[in-house]
Amino acid sequence: MKAKIHVTLKQGILDPQGKAIEHALDTLGFKAASNVRVGKYMELDLAEQDKAKAEAEVKAMCEKLLANTIIEEYRFELSN
Amino acid sequence: MNFGVIVFPGSNCDHDCIHVLSDVLGQKAIPVWHKESTLDGLDAIILPGGFSYGDYLRTGAIARFSPVMGAVKQFADEGGMVLGICNGFQILLEAGLLPGAMLRNRSLSFICRDVHVRVENAATPFTGRCRPGQVLKIPIAHADGNYYTDDVMLSQMKAAAQVVFRYCTADGQVTPEANPNGSLDHIAGVRNAAGNVLGMMPHPERSAEAVLGNDDGKLIFLSMLDALQKAKLKAVLT
Repeated sequence: MKAKIHVTLKQGILDPQGKAIEHALDTLGFKAASNVRVGKYMELDLAEQDKAKAEAEVKAMCEKLLANTIIEEYRFELSN
Repeated sequence: MNFGVIVFPGSNCDHDCIHVLSDVLGQKAIPVWHKESTLDGLDAIILPGGFSYGDYLRTGAIARFSPVMGAVKQFADEGGMVLGICNGFQILLEAGLLPGAMLRNRSLSFICRDVHVRVENAATPFTGRCRPGQVLKIPIAHADGNYYTDDVMLSQMKAAAQVVFRYCTADGQVTPEANPNGSLDHIAGVRNAAGNVLGMMPHPERSAEAVLGNDDGKLIFLSMLDALQKAKLKAVLT
């Protein structure tokens, strides 16, 4: 099973990289772009075949290491 | 006194810390490789600055799972003095030994220069040699020093005098201009609730000798030494 994991700063926490990119987009003429948030994308293979167990495993990985839940939120998808 | 300076892969201020403790203060200071699992015979622990594990994932996020961190946590839980400087501070945050987290600097730049910090709590084992409100000039060198915690934790920390240093101007004014990295409430250093663990972004080991033009940072190490000697004396007398 494959897990695709996204980690981003929580809404409401200043994302200086997102702001810089938003500014650059604006300079390039992409005036409609706003609220740019930069995050991390990770994918990994899991030996676990049971979806519920795999979900619990990835959640534990996110809570323990992949995200710092004081400042970040995470979401993930599982696929075969 | 015996100081242990933890060396992670990517630590680069370990020798500076050992130099100050041994050559400037005349104490025993040894490097402790991150694979060690005990801290026997050590009176205080320092987590030095650097780029442990290349700052991969988040600063300090991987170092906190180094084998030695179990022993550091136990050392701290038993009341041992632990000082985290810069990357060491980031590791202590990730390890949950100190409250909060670090964000990228507001400017997105790596900032390496002298800053001023105000001693907000001089009644800690790390600041006993300072006057309350004393301004120290100590250099910073980091890209992720923008301290953050939620409102609930911040008010708890304030109530318990856990904010030990705030960025300020040379004359001690806490102003937005004096905040180099965007830190919440201008926080430059915090301690745990028990008071025996301190994290600070400025590097006292880089400003601990008059010959280098600045020895304000020496006060931190001298304070630690005072506290350790006092504790030893108390242990002998009781």
